[in-house]
Amino acid sequence: MSNTRVEGRTRAVDELYDESVHWHVNTGGETIHAKRLPGKWRSIKWLAAGLWLVFFLGPYLRWEGHQAVLFDIPNRQYHIFAVTVLPQDFWMLSLLLLFFAILLAVATALVGRVWCGFFCFQTVWTDVFTWIEEKLEGQPPQRRKLDKAPVDLRKAGIKATKHLLWLIIGFATGFSFVAWFVDAPSLWRTFFLGEANLVVYVTVGLFTVGTYVLAGWLREQTCFWLCPYARIQGVMLDRTTVVPTYDVTRGEPRGRVKKGEGAAQRTTGDCIDCAQCVAVCPTGIDIRNGQQEGCITCALCIDACDAVMEKVGRPKGLIRYASLDELEGRPTKRLLARPRVWVYSTILLAALSGIIYGLWSLDAIELKVLQERAPLYVTLSDGSIQNKYTLKVLNKTNDNLSVRVSIAGGPASLQLVGAEEPIRAAHGTVSPATVFVRIPRKDLESDRVPLTFHVEGVRSTGEVVTTKRPTVFMGPAR
Amino acid sequence: MAEHNPFPGENNTGHIWDDNLRELNNPAPRWWMIGFWASVLWWVGYAVLYPMWPIGQEPTPGILGWSQILEYERSLAQVTEVRAPFEERIAGMTADQILADPGLTQYTLSSAKVLFGDYCSACHGSGGAGNPGFPVLADDDWLFGGTTAKLAESIANGRKGAMTAHKGILTDAEIDTLAHWVVELSEGQPGSEQGWALYRGKGCNACHGEKANGILAQLPDGSVVTVGAANLADGIWRFEPGGFESARHTIAYGVNQPGVEQTRDAVMPGFAGRLSEQDIKKLVVYVHELGGGK
Repeated sequence: MSNTRVEGRTRAVDELYDESVHWHVNTGGETIHAKRLPGKWRSIKWLAAGLWLVFFLGPYLRWEGHQAVLFDIPNRQYHIFAVTVLPQDFWMLSLLLLFFAILLAVATALVGRVWCGFFCFQTVWTDVFTWIEEKLEGQPPQRRKLDKAPVDLRKAGIKATKHLLWLIIGFATGFSFVAWFVDAPSLWRTFFLGEANLVVYVTVGLFTVGTYVLAGWLREQTCFWLCPYARIQGVMLDRTTVVPTYDVTRGEPRGRVKKGEGAAQRTTGDCIDCAQCVAVCPTGIDIRNGQQEGCITCALCIDACDAVMEKVGRPKGLIRYASLDELEGRPTKRLLARPRVWVYSTILLAALSGIIYGLWSLDAIELKVLQERAPLYVTLSDGSIQNKYTLKVLNKTNDNLSVRVSIAGGPASLQLVGAEEPIRAAHGTVSPATVFVRIPRKDLESDRVPLTFHVEGVRSTGEVVTTKRPTVFMGPAR
Repeated sequence: MAEHNPFPGENNTGHIWDDNLRELNNPAPRWWMIGFWASVLWWVGYAVLYPMWPIGQEPTPGILGWSQILEYERSLAQVTEVRAPFEERIAGMTADQILADPGLTQYTLSSAKVLFGDYCSACHGSGGAGNPGFPVLADDDWLFGGTTAKLAESIANGRKGAMTAHKGILTDAEIDTLAHWVVELSEGQPGSEQGWALYRGKGCNACHGEKANGILAQLPDGSVVTVGAANLADGIWRFEPGGFESARHTIAYGVNQPGVEQTRDAVMPGFAGRLSEQDIKKLVVYVHELGGGK
């Protein structure tokens, strides 16, 4: 080891200690000014945050002349690319909710609060807000100094710029949110001409204020005190969950690096107590106290510690993604040997299959058959038995359709009355029609004859849309 | 009451009896008091804005002028407003014209469902299912005709069938023969010669028609002339439960015969005085669409 390298290392360590007096654990009393350090996890965090660009840009995707994804609440139509989902198909929403709930559970069981640390809008927006803060106000010590400084023109200017930028982001958030629910291009026009719906303005306003307050002011306090998922996820962890962990056995007893002390004389562990892990923590906790409620598992302390370990020439990974089992030297189970993984995956798969089945079997038209119950059947003067059905045709296409009704099943002498003219089914609505089915009594083999109604319409494109619905023909007991 | 307080610092009111029995002052928590006074304020505001003080016959109206009845009337006015264009169109149309328009038919059916429930279903059953002694309206068998015009007549003016009691006019054996013959007809058989002979010989055909189908004459426009006599040649029975005993009873005691104790009772009241022309028209459409209108 050359002298210059040792000197350089000593200086680096001194700087760390000079700085460390500023870092202590967040008890909620003051604003957390977390230090930003580059690193592997920092980069991954930006990539994960980048997924939220979909939220801002998604509404401008077009598909066959309409907005690709549009949740049209006033018209009760939900367009997702080629698929149009109506409230009648909303059972799929429950599966979607189940899917995401279990996804949260499975992800948390495997890799801890990965949602909180990398993907959650609270984390991402706060990250962006503090990034702006750093660009404008400087590193944490300067920020603290500025906070304490008396108001002058410079401070007012910086602060005003910051809050303005925050509000602009808040506004963009609200505006983008609304753009998923109304046609985006016309939103741009009507919003700024003052012609948009009051609900639109209120929503954008609430989102602007909400984003500004939550990401600008409340920050990690949201995760500590407001967010239920933070608490729920806490109990989803188990001994095998991989989370950012401080290796106690390697690190303790922590102790400052003594100048001129060689590796052989060292009585302390690998932790040099520089508090960099606390410095970078966006929620202001000390990971060395172990996994705790404040930890959103963002892994920024791993970056910080690895950088320090590199500087002092000790192996990296003092803080690393590890499970409690691994840390305590227990045998670690393979992923597929854990029952949790199987149970969660089965539920995930079931929900996913349900949704895929739902989307696959979405008919362009839907038929409901309501059988008259009073009376269930009547005898006609020619001796045949008549049943009355109300057909409800839901037309999910964008065309007005003429829907032809036919019937399958029953004896050859069956007569369908009232379906001579096609049902006129306006788009996006339910159109009712009453039809009668007559079967001569002598041909009735049972008091319950299964029948199937078929409906068929032709779209303006020439595409034939069809669906069917089974029902039963009731007759007198034999 | 003690002049000087022997229990200082415990927040008592100074009311002390029998040396040490004293009243403490434990005020309610501040948040509770704030809530209390806020609700008092709320109450005052409510009393001013809404009807409250029972003075005389009516309570004070409140400066908002709100009342349940007003709210009800306003909602009803809204409903009426939505219905108005339909009602106006229907007013100028005949039942047949309404039936030719699927949209208006749909409106009329929804609207008349309530009327049917209020005025008709007590006897004819919901959905026109019928009840013992009261005809099924969902089938295609009509004593007085199933065209819209005939239906309107039946609803407006009511109907009262009549059939002579034949006990005493016919022998028991003859009544039995006729009853058996009617059962045969209802089962789609041609009917005994004896029965037909009796039917014609005793003049039953005067009301029930040459073919025993209740029709006296068919007019060139397709409508038929009846006097409300039952169609004996179909499988539908006017009086429950149908079959030999029912037929024998009806032949013996007749329908609506004064002074005959066991006579069949079959009266439909007229609704002309109780329902508007518009409502009767709607009911005609409704009954026509129950399943057997002609």
